[in-house]
Amino acid sequence: MPKQSPIPDELSRPFWDACNEEKLVMQHCKACNWLQFPPEPTCSECGSKDNLEWKPVSGRGKIHGYAVMHDCRIRQMQAEQPFNIALIELDEDPGGINMYSNLPGTPVDNVPVGASVQVVFETTPATGQKVPEWKVVS
Amino acid sequence: MPTKTQTAPASLYRRDEGLGLWEHRGKVAAVGVGHSPADRRWDGRAETSVGAYAIIALRKAIEDAGVSPDQVDGLVLDQGTTTGNRWEEGRPIPDDFQKAFKPGADYDDGISHLTTEWLLANMPELTGIKFMQYGSGCMSNVICVAAQAVGDGKANYVLGLKAWDNLEGRYGQGGNNAQDTIAGRSVWSNVWGMSGPYYAAYWLNKYIETYGGSHDQMANFVVNSKANGLLFPEGYWAQNRPEPLSREDYLNARWIVKPANLYDCDIPITTSAAYLFTTAERAKDLKQKPVYILTHATARPKFKGVELTMEGCEDSAASLARKLYTGAGITANDLSFENMYDGYTLFHHYMIEGLGYAGLKKGEGLSFYETADITINGPHPVSPSGGNAGSGRTRFWMHTDCIQQIQGRAGARQIKKPAEIGVSGGPHPRGGDFTVWSSTPGN
Repeated sequence: MPKQSPIPDELSRPFWDACNEEKLVMQHCKACNWLQFPPEPTCSECGSKDNLEWKPVSGRGKIHGYAVMHDCRIRQMQAEQPFNIALIELDEDPGGINMYSNLPGTPVDNVPVGASVQVVFETTPATGQKVPEWKVVS
Repeated sequence: MPTKTQTAPASLYRRDEGLGLWEHRGKVAAVGVGHSPADRRWDGRAETSVGAYAIIALRKAIEDAGVSPDQVDGLVLDQGTTTGNRWEEGRPIPDDFQKAFKPGADYDDGISHLTTEWLLANMPELTGIKFMQYGSGCMSNVICVAAQAVGDGKANYVLGLKAWDNLEGRYGQGGNNAQDTIAGRSVWSNVWGMSGPYYAAYWLNKYIETYGGSHDQMANFVVNSKANGLLFPEGYWAQNRPEPLSREDYLNARWIVKPANLYDCDIPITTSAAYLFTTAERAKDLKQKPVYILTHATARPKFKGVELTMEGCEDSAASLARKLYTGAGITANDLSFENMYDGYTLFHHYMIEGLGYAGLKKGEGLSFYETADITINGPHPVSPSGGNAGSGRTRFWMHTDCIQQIQGRAGARQIKKPAEIGVSGGPHPRGGDFTVWSSTPGN
């Protein structure tokens, strides 16, 4: 599915560079062991600025919920509608971090809520930047 | 040249639990209401611009209160006048607009943005302004800022304004959403196509998974809201397309983000509203019955990830209710009516469940819509304003209606039971600001 290419900035560049290597990383605060996403300049739990690092995560998660996009505002994706948008929770942080996914390979409006998923990476057309996606594994 | 007026600090908002009674409970009152006409889109004429409509609303609020313009010494507004696209920088400004109005601080001031500089340049009668601040976001923020300013003694008569513009083209489909790359915070949603009522749709799917029920149970609420909106003379639908919405229309509407359909979304329009606030003491001598503010409260839930979960939404709604009731010194049983935000319609029930309105608990909202009398005639009126569903995208019909219900000036929308205490605000538990209004200053 064609997606807009994200333009990395100073804060998010490590995340997007890791995506290009087909690795999923999350911001992690060494001071309080807090994972956070999207990236922030400080830890949203303890406020630390100097203890944030990027930590690889397993790339496994579960489908928390979903809805089906029928009338999208993003022009590039309008030709693909309707399509799924699911919310994926990471195995490392249940009830915490979540990410969007279009669930490649899953039929539209037939989403197995609660199913396990594995991260994959798609190449976006404009710049070639890879972005995380999620596929059902069970 | 950027505006010199400051935005109200985050510390002004009552975001935390445990703050106790609002220190100005019952000491601040709304005393004037003003609305402009409501149109679908700007037609390019000076007299229908967002700036022109803002001036109309402000002047009407002043007149409604029965004060003279030079008595007004405070001005609070939201600079933003759209959540869609702004006028493109560099695009020529229509000649008649340039002839009709003096410039402000921004290139699109009075067209798709609004500053205090522009308003003061074009409202020469406001000679007494000494306090100005922006309440950024919505009229809900503006009310908090204006009420706090009066209570803190920063000004005696404070105007609060929210103006909305709507330019040509489908809402939110230009600008960054039309490009093949995306930058900034929007990357985290745009890349996967998240837009519009996605989060409300995902919440409803989760709600149904948890409690049972179906989207069809929303029908009574939306039909009732549209019916109430057609009784709101200032509203878009009443002025332009007074067509009732049938249950069949609602159930057969096309999906936008399933399970949010066309009528679960509010129509973008251009219009403005203003209120005048003053001290309870001064309010006694003015034209209209004072409507006292018992408290304001703010929901800003922290959440990890890209989206607040449905469960997080419920928690935030419950926390908000505790803040409102503690701040106002009331309980759920004291509410005569509620006007919580409804644009999108699909998140209204979390807020009334959180409030415990009509004794509701989590998971009971959709059944309540379906089986209870939620009309203005019933014991538990739901959204008597009709909200955004009933009158178009403004996020202020709810506030006007609270003031008018308590004043007995809601016309055909007047609820049949005594309107003593009401609550309004939004956008929603994911982030919003809320006010408790009362016919008396409280005990």
